[in-house]
Amino acid sequence: MDPISRLSRRGILGAAAGLATAGTLARPGLAQPRYPSRPLQMIVPWGAGGGTDATARIIAALLEKELGQPVNVVNRTGGSGVVGHSAIAMANPDGYSIGIITVEIAMMHWQGLTELTYANYTPLGLMNRDAPGVQVSASSPYKDIKALAEGIKNSPPGKLKASGTGQGGIWHLALVGWLQAMGLKPDHVRWVPSNGAAPGMQDLVAGGIDIVPCSIPEARAMLDAGRARSLAIMAPQRDPQFPDIPTLKESLGVDYQTAVWRGIGAPLKLPAEQAATLTAALQRVYKSNEYSEFMKSRGFGMDWADGAGFGKVMAETDASMGEAMRAAGLAKA
Amino acid sequence: MTDLLEGFRLVLQGDVLIAILASAVYGLVVGSLPGLSATMATALLVPVTFYLSPIAAVATIITASAMAIFSGDIPGCLLRIPGTPASAAYTDEAYAMTRKGQAEMALGTGLWFSAVGGIAGTLALLVMAPALAEVALNFSSFEYFWLAVLGLMCATLVARSSPVKAIASMLLGLLFSCIGMENPAGTPRFTFGMTDLLGGIEPLPALVGVFAVSQVMRALAEAEPPPLPRRRFGSIMAGQWALTKKYPKPMMRGNIVGIIIGVLPGAGADMAAWVSYAMSKRFSKEPEKFGTGHPEGLVESGASNNASLASGWVPALLFGIPGDTITAIAIGVLYMKGLNPGPTLFTERASSMYALYIIFILANLIMIPLGIVMIRIAATVLRAPRASIMPVILLLCAVGAFATGNNLFAVMLVAFFGTLGYVMERNGYPVAALVLGIVMGSMVEQSFVTSLIKSDNSLLPFFERPISAVLAVVTLGALLWPVAAWLMRRLRARRPAAIAAAHRP
Repeated sequence: MDPISRLSRRGILGAAAGLATAGTLARPGLAQPRYPSRPLQMIVPWGAGGGTDATARIIAALLEKELGQPVNVVNRTGGSGVVGHSAIAMANPDGYSIGIITVEIAMMHWQGLTELTYANYTPLGLMNRDAPGVQVSASSPYKDIKALAEGIKNSPPGKLKASGTGQGGIWHLALVGWLQAMGLKPDHVRWVPSNGAAPGMQDLVAGGIDIVPCSIPEARAMLDAGRARSLAIMAPQRDPQFPDIPTLKESLGVDYQTAVWRGIGAPLKLPAEQAATLTAALQRVYKSNEYSEFMKSRGFGMDWADGAGFGKVMAETDASMGEAMRAAGLAKA
Repeated sequence: MTDLLEGFRLVLQGDVLIAILASAVYGLVVGSLPGLSATMATALLVPVTFYLSPIAAVATIITASAMAIFSGDIPGCLLRIPGTPASAAYTDEAYAMTRKGQAEMALGTGLWFSAVGGIAGTLALLVMAPALAEVALNFSSFEYFWLAVLGLMCATLVARSSPVKAIASMLLGLLFSCIGMENPAGTPRFTFGMTDLLGGIEPLPALVGVFAVSQVMRALAEAEPPPLPRRRFGSIMAGQWALTKKYPKPMMRGNIVGIIIGVLPGAGADMAAWVSYAMSKRFSKEPEKFGTGHPEGLVESGASNNASLASGWVPALLFGIPGDTITAIAIGVLYMKGLNPGPTLFTERASSMYALYIIFILANLIMIPLGIVMIRIAATVLRAPRASIMPVILLLCAVGAFATGNNLFAVMLVAFFGTLGYVMERNGYPVAALVLGIVMGSMVEQSFVTSLIKSDNSLLPFFERPISAVLAVVTLGALLWPVAAWLMRRLRARRPAAIAAAHRP
């Protein structure tokens, strides 16, 4: 499988990418005599062109500079992310196969879609974290999060509708967690499944639904256009890129927080020195100007944790997602 | 005015012009390979845009996607392998022209009317973007439901076979679209415990299978047709001018339908091509010629397809809502380059906006000469012996399917749909209707179920909301029209008989 995928990628990218990589390859390699001595592959469980793909490609491009070896991005899509996540876990733990792991790893196994959990990986580094905001339409009667919370409490169950992802998706669980933290039933606000945040935001403005709890970068265009308002962010502190949006805790006194994240991982049993090399390289990537410029331009949140830290983030998310999914009746057994 | 001049200055930079030319050639080549989609061509450009100036970066995306969509018609026309779900609507027509020895004519029609549609779409973007975006924003799931049903009904209009077989084939497509967990409930259906089926059936492997692989299988089973006579084909473009004069109305209708469907996020080029082809047949003076290599449908759907591509940028630029996968990628690039989508892009950064318009028009103009060269080169494929073409097609299908997700499962899907397509065609079931069912299925279900959730299970909003009501009337009218026509014919036929009976002594 590898030679073919590499071949087709090469063929397609052609001269343009060839030139681009040649520039970076010309630099002398790091003072690592043995590892890495050949190209790496980075598996992306989601399709080309999405946010995860873009993040993986910038990390790969910068990692290439750090390691002195090409890092090929391979999109292994299918099975709603299960196929690609399995491919990362099943790869040869020789340090030449790494992958980008997304928050879905903490959700899929609860739904009974796979046996895989975060424990099937060697975590290398957390690269990004985005907390959901609470968005309402610009014409909504709720001007701040307090008014919205009151409105939700006083409305009959199921009257208000929210959307922004599929049934049991990350933003659905964020809503469930928030409702529970306010002492309400998980289905007090009814979830309308959608194919992602953008159609949800459109339906919000079209008047079809009342709330979209998606990440703020996903809502940004509508916020900038003055069509929607973000009332609060479900994070421990305000986002430096959107300093006007208060946290749930400071504005409502409800201490609930969740987030989507993306990190780099490898199969289990990766030798410790290779893991250390990769984590160190990832940290330099994270600190580089190119990375922070890219993340800022896309509006993605920056958050770094080393291997052990990333493992802890995954374990915590896994537990909280399991709780929310059981509450919403989405977990299998 | 100064903004317009500044826009020209931004575009007429060395790096931008080189980016346009290089990505044009790149888009043409990738798009013409069967199985490699325009989306993939665009996605693979993203890492390259890291190194480009903002305008040059956006220019590569615009140019490459426009070229790839056009050149996706080339294998469709020559080998009956549509490059995109959009071109599946008229692949059979174009291939029929090829079999009549008019390959260059069919491709030229695709080229010329694609360019015309692209420019019309750009002008719509230029003049009416804010107004169009307002209309698009009023579309909720209720309206999309009717649109999707309207799209499904095209299956019977487009097919040349019996309507019953076309409907059966479409329903099979709908059944395939039920597979996976990408449904409103998020529950896996028909997955039989297979992880690969969780994501459902992607339209692309199905498309490549039913059209291309079944074609290879047919070639194995049937005797080689007599080789096409070698003849000197005149100017490709002269014929197009004649077509433009002959079919001005279908062309305009295609442009308008394309623009309207294009601005609706979630509808896009696929539906535009299908609806336009069906409309063209419905309103044509000679509908019996459709499917036998008649250019009229190509004129209308080709124009519509590309008009919708340009107008699909309206919601993307104003509200960051992607109209299709290509604009989704483009939005990422816009953000990365600091050209954040939003109304301010049209006011504060008007010069950049003008630069985008100019790039759109340039891309559509440059498409004509480059496209002619491409057609001349590609047409030589027809002279190659079949025994050497067919294995290459099969290989390209497998590689293309694999490349979409680096997943062997897609290759098996292609093989499955190839076999299915062969059996269906042998028995007179149109495969295009199957593809339509797969493409539209999730939209019909998603829009229906989410509408019901929003309305607390009331059906009234489907008819209450103003736009929804209009669409409902159009859909139900089109659905009931054949029944009404049949009843009227019967009544009319019966009346003279009844009168005659009454007069009998």
